[in-house]
This record gives sequence, structure tokens and C-alpha cells, in this order.
Amino acid sequence: MDFLSLAFLFLIAGVVAVPLASKFGLGSVLGYLIAGIAISPLLAAFNVDVISLQHFAEFGVVMMLFLVGLELEPKMLWQMKTRLLGLGGLQVGITTVVVMGVAMLFSLPWTISLAIGLIFALSSTAIVLQTLNEKGLMKSDGGQASFSVLLFQDIAVIPMLALIPLLADPDLMSQYADMAETAVVAEDAGWAAAHAAGDAGGHGVAEAHGDGDHHGPTGPGWIETIPGWQRALITIAAIAAVIVGGSYLTRPIFRFIALAKLRELFTATALMMVIGIALLMTLVGLSPALGTFLAGVVLANSEYRHELESDIDPFKGLLLGLFFMTVGAGIDFDLLFGNFGVILGLTLGLIALKSAILLGLSYIFNVGGADRWLFTLGLAQAGEFGFVLLSFTVANDVVPGPVSDQLLLIVALSMLLTPALFIAYDKLIAPRFAEAQAQEPDAIDDEAPIIIAGHGRWGGIVNRMLLGGGYKTVVLDHNSAQLDMLRTFGFKVFFGDATRPDLLHAAGIHDAKMIVVAIDDRDQATELVHHVAEAYPHVHIIARARDRNHVYELYAAGCRDIIRETFDSGVRAGRSAFEALGMHPFDAERLSRGFVDEDRRAIRELAQVYRSDIPIHENEAYVARALELRAETEAEMRGNGRAFADRIDRGWSPPTVRDVEAETEEARKASV
Amino acid sequence: MPDLIVYFAHPGQRFSHVNSELLKVARGVDGITLVDMYAEYPRFDINIEREQKRLLAHDIILFQFPLFWYSTPSIIKEWQDLVLEHGFAYGAGGTRLQGKRLMLAITAAGPEDAYTPDGYQHHHLRTFLRPLEQTARLCKMHFLPPYVLYGALKAPGAGRVAPHAEGYKRLLTGLRDGRFDEYQAEQHEVLTAETLPLWNEA
Repeated sequence: MDFLSLAFLFLIAGVVAVPLASKFGLGSVLGYLIAGIAISPLLAAFNVDVISLQHFAEFGVVMMLFLVGLELEPKMLWQMKTRLLGLGGLQVGITTVVVMGVAMLFSLPWTISLAIGLIFALSSTAIVLQTLNEKGLMKSDGGQASFSVLLFQDIAVIPMLALIPLLADPDLMSQYADMAETAVVAEDAGWAAAHAAGDAGGHGVAEAHGDGDHHGPTGPGWIETIPGWQRALITIAAIAAVIVGGSYLTRPIFRFIALAKLRELFTATALMMVIGIALLMTLVGLSPALGTFLAGVVLANSEYRHELESDIDPFKGLLLGLFFMTVGAGIDFDLLFGNFGVILGLTLGLIALKSAILLGLSYIFNVGGADRWLFTLGLAQAGEFGFVLLSFTVANDVVPGPVSDQLLLIVALSMLLTPALFIAYDKLIAPRFAEAQAQEPDAIDDEAPIIIAGHGRWGGIVNRMLLGGGYKTVVLDHNSAQLDMLRTFGFKVFFGDATRPDLLHAAGIHDAKMIVVAIDDRDQATELVHHVAEAYPHVHIIARARDRNHVYELYAAGCRDIIRETFDSGVRAGRSAFEALGMHPFDAERLSRGFVDEDRRAIRELAQVYRSDIPIHENEAYVARALELRAETEAEMRGNGRAFADRIDRGWSPPTVRDVEAETEEARKASV
Repeated sequence: MPDLIVYFAHPGQRFSHVNSELLKVARGVDGITLVDMYAEYPRFDINIEREQKRLLAHDIILFQFPLFWYSTPSIIKEWQDLVLEHGFAYGAGGTRLQGKRLMLAITAAGPEDAYTPDGYQHHHLRTFLRPLEQTARLCKMHFLPPYVLYGALKAPGAGRVAPHAEGYKRLLTGLRDGRFDEYQAEQHEVLTAETLPLWNEA
């Protein structure tokens, strides 16, 4: 199958299945998995190498961890340290030991049991983080606890890869190869034998995993051939390169890129960074996911954070989707249905076991309420790291091929069941705790930012006022020089063109309270207002109008809170002039308020005859009404008319003598 | 530092007949502090620190205003609400104004006979001023009888403005120089140009 047909097949499967799954409340992950299962016969018929596709798609996990890192400032990572080490360490340690014990009860040798324990201790970063993000649960306590554990697992893969070769036992392998003729897997004997013979075609699982691994660290490479202390030094140097490069090189690079004023160059640069870091990590034998995560954390405080986020996000989404589909497509249904009872039983047993351990840990680490169940059910599956480790164990003669094939099915099946567990959480558990959660509005507040698009002379004032009032703002501006200056003064601002929908999305427009549109270009401002008003009707828009015509354009675009940029200062100047001419300050104040009211009335009247499709000087009705209104205002200012002055004078002008007499007379009559 | 501070409040000074005359008189008296409240705070953003310092620096506080709806123009109410703070003017530790004098110089549109139980206002003028009188008492200040012009709207036509303004000048200089006889003043419900109790200049 050529590349385009293959791409089209996967795209059409995803495009059909995911919206359907979302419609039935199943979530996107299950949608992709089902899509993968649906197209698996086609893939098999065309002899597509699903596994190497899966390795390619696993790069989505690397990108996802980069994005997660971007959301996580170093300060927050430090705050997580107890949970990361304690909760993560205990989860991996206890699960490994318990699974190993169970495996030994099934009379497997201890080496194989330990390898299985390590493999099953890991959970699926891809499924869990994707689902938590989709449901907006990432910031919840349960989401944070889950993330701590997943991050620890990612780190733990590195020593596991070092440990597994030590468990190798070639004698055991040949024993199993003999047993395969007669034992439990009898019906698969031919299949297993074919694999043992090294036929890597078609659905060959174990072999294909041995090579071209993009996700986890690969087996022995050049790094293994040099002494330990040099390896340690090289590893430290690589991590230092990521941290220092991220801190000091990003800004000059992006400023250089910005010179070209080409949108796609930013995307190319972002991709270059992520892939480069992944390559560097692979080269020194570290997890590329861990490396990019670290780079993400380093860049979390950078002004280019939202720019990077919006550049990488589409790639991450597509690759993860592809990854989930390959998981679905990779399930070997012949093997599954041959041993359906055993494999399903083992899968459910694994989920129950992992849940029990997670539940116990949630009590120790005070993860309470609905969060406890989110944590317990969310991490109960085995994960994509399991695929990596399994192929590695087979390659190192730790786990025999036939056993590995069955374990592979258990991993895939447990991943397939995870969306069901999330649905169970949504439908059965979350509603019971809904009331308790409603009492914590702080968390929601944090996710509802105020976006300020354009931090120039005008937007800057708005930002300073909001910050002074204790509100959190997200500032977007595409002038790097201006950003540098603001950063020096301690403002939190981000580089990016606010008129780009994807950047707005990365800045959090979907759950923003408000956007202040203060960008210089009037047409771009109007366009931005139009986009936000249509796509996010819940977001309150405050827009700066350059002049009177811009007010009409912004109104037509859907903004109802329009501020003319120079109007207020002009009015204040007028008031100062009144005072300097000897007018009593209170009269000057009232007169200027009257002028503002009058001007607003005029602008509303003219809005009736304004038409966006013809220039105002060609709009006859507009010109006529404008002339009329100006005549009215001038007449009033000169004292010929009354409406304007009346508003000012009423209230404190005393009654006439005749008024007083009439009133007195009335009062006398009434009291008689 | 002068002893006397005059707070003047009139939102529509261009239409004032009597109070603008009185203001002119007050401007001509040396050695007192004069505050045009609507000019200093046209947007009502009263500076509490500044006002409290002013109060501490003076012994006699005089408010000059036209009677609006049996009360003060609204800026004086705003001033009271903000400046007379708990712990400063009243309440626990609120003794900073203790022993000071509070006096009013007011113009009323209604004639004197209207401010009687049989008149159409049904009450004496002092009855309507009770809230201010009690404010002074709560702040441990001494409330002096008010200097009043009845029938203020008809006063210009009847030639009553000039004598009242001349009396206002005597009142302000008398208060400034310590020639105001408080004991004699207490014998009157309200004070007018004719009944001002002042000792002669030394």
C-alpha cells in the first residue's frame, strides 16, 4: 500500500469513528481504538507493517510530554516532588512485586515473573493524559496525582532497560520452545514456531519491536560500549544541553525566525527543537519523552510558550490518534479468540490488582473524593511502554516469544478497556461527588484567564489595572523587542500573533472569561473580534476602536463593549480647558459628562445609517444625518439650543419666586 | 494655623443669589481656611487623609450651604460618610474631634413662619437639623446654633442679602478672633444678623 492510500485509510477511519464515539460519550481514545480495529482486516490484507507504524506514531507521546512540560513551571514540578517519588515509586515498586508474586503462583520462573511485573507496573501515558486533557481533569487533584505517577514511570523505564538484560536465561528459552509443541499454546504452535524461525513479515509482533524503536531507549548502542563514568558524564552533559539551550537559545532563535515573518517557519523551528531533543536523548540512551518533557518545563516560563504549544499541538494530536489506531489494529484476534477466557480473565485480574494497589496508595497520599476514583481507575491499565519492554525482553532472551505474545494481548486489551473505566468514572462516580467539587471555585478560576491581545500603550494600561486588581492575565504580543522590555519589568507576557485561532486556543480562549482586543491593526482587530464572537460566544470582548467608524465595524463584528482609544483623554482635555477658562470644576465635570452623553447619542443614531459596504463619505444618509447632528450640538454649545445645557442646569437651579408662592399656597390649603 | 475652617457646598453656584454673596464675603476674611467642596471634589473622590488633617488643624468647623430637602447638598453627606471614621471621630478611640465646635450657616427657601408647628413645614428649623446636631454630639463636638437666612429666594428683591452678608462677615471674624459669646448664643434657637452675640473688638 503506498503512502497516500495508507494515510487516507487511517484519516478516513479516524474522521468517521472519533466523532461517532464522542457523540455516544465514549471519548476520542476509544474512537481511535475502534477505528483501528475496524481497519485491521484491510491492513492485514495489504500486508501493512502496523508495528513499525506504531513506532512512528509513538512520537506523539514524545510531543505530548513536551506539551505537558510547557504547562508545568519548574516551581510546580518541585512542589510535586513528594508525590512524584513517593506515590510513583510505591506504585511501580508494589505493583512489580505483587504481579511478580502472582506470576510465580502460576509457576513461572522468577526471572520471567519479575520481567512481567516490571512491564505491568507501567500505565499508558498516552491514553491517560489524552483523556484527562479532553475531560479538563488535568488540573484536578486526581489528575495531578496520575501525572506524577506517569512521570515517575517514564523515568523508571531507564533503569528497567538496564535491569532486564541481567535476567536473561537462554536455557529457559529453549525449554519453552520445546514446551510450545505440547503446552497451553498448542493451537498456536505453528504460529509461534514461525516466529521462532524469525519470520518478520505481516503481523510479526515480537520481531518488529526489536528494531526502529523511537519511543523508549533502544537496546545496546554505542553508549553501552564505553565506561560507566563516561556514560554518566555524557548523560549529564546532554541534560544540561537541553536545559541551557532551552533557557538561553530559544529567545535568540525565535527572534531570528521572526525576522522572516513566515508563519510556517515557527512550526518548522518548533518541530526541529522537539525532534532534535528526542534524537539527542536517544543517542545518550535516555527516554526521548523525558528529554522533551524537561525541555518543555524549561520553556514553561518563556514568552514563546503559547507559540510552541500551538505549533506542536496538531502534530501531537494526529500522531497520538495514529498511535491509538495502531494499538487497535495490532490486536491479534486469532490469538485472542483462541484463548479468550484466559486472556480476558488475566486482563481483568491485572486491572483489578492495579486498581487495588492504586486505591491503597490514594489513602496514604490523601487523594480524596472523586479524585481518588479517577486516580484508581485511570491508571489501572498497562501501557505503551509495555510494548517497548516486551520486545526488549524477547530480544534479550528474558521472556519467551509465545508468552510475550499473550502478554502483548493483555496490554492491548487493558488499554482498550481503559476508556470504559473512564466512562464508569464519569457516569457512576463523578456525579456522587459533584456537590463537593462545586465548593472549590478556585481551581476553575485558574483556568478562566483574561486574555489581553496586544500589550502596547493601551493594552498595557488595561493589563496593569487588571493585575493591580488581583486578576490573572495572559498577554499576547508579536513584538519581540516590546516583550523583552516587558519581561525585564517582570510582566508575564507571551509571544504570538493573537489573530491566529490556534494561538488563541493555546492561550486558553475556550475557557477564558474575557478578551481585551488592543492590537494596533484595525482590520486585524475587527477580524479577531469577529472570530471570538462567533466561535466563543461566552467570552466577553472589550475592543479598542481607533475612531468612530471602527466603532461601527466592531459592533457589526459582534463586540458590545467598545472603547474609543482617544475619546476619554480628549474629553479630559476639554474639561481641563473649561477649568482653565475659569469654569467652576463641578460645572466643567457636568458639562463634559453631558458632552459624552450627547456624543454617544449621536454615534448610536449614526450607527442606524452606517453601512459597511460603502465608504462613509459616499453614504448620503450618513452624511446628511451627521451634518444635522453637528448643527444641533453646535447650537447647543453656543446656548441657542436647550437639550445639552438643560441636562447640566437642571437639578440645582432654584425655583422662581412664583414657583415658591404657588407651592406655599398649596401647602397652606393642605394644612387647613 | 487659623482656628476656623469654612466648608462651602453649592452644586449650582451660577444660579446662587445669596450663597455666592456669602462666599465672596468669606473669601475676603483673612486668617481662615475656606474650602469650596464642589470645586475641590468635582468627582466626589474625597481625600480622607487630607480632610482629617484639616479637621485636626482647626477648632471651629463651619459648613455653609443652602438647605436642600431639609438636609445638606449631597457632597456634605459623602464627606461625613468618609471622613468621620470610626476610631477617628467616634467609637473606640475616636476622640480626635473632642471639644471642637461645629456650626452651620444655612439659607432656607421657606419663610420663618413656615418653620413652626402651625406653618407648612410643620416643624422648627432646628428639628430638621437634629441629624447634624447628633453627629456633632457623637463626635464629642459642641454644636453651636446655626446662622440662618429664611426666605432666601425672596431675599434679593427685599434687600435682605446685604445685611445678612455683612452679618456673616462679623460672624466669621468674631469666630476667628475668639469674640463669639457661646453662652449668649445658646439662648437662641437660630442666629441671624440681628442676634449675633459678639464681644466688641478689643
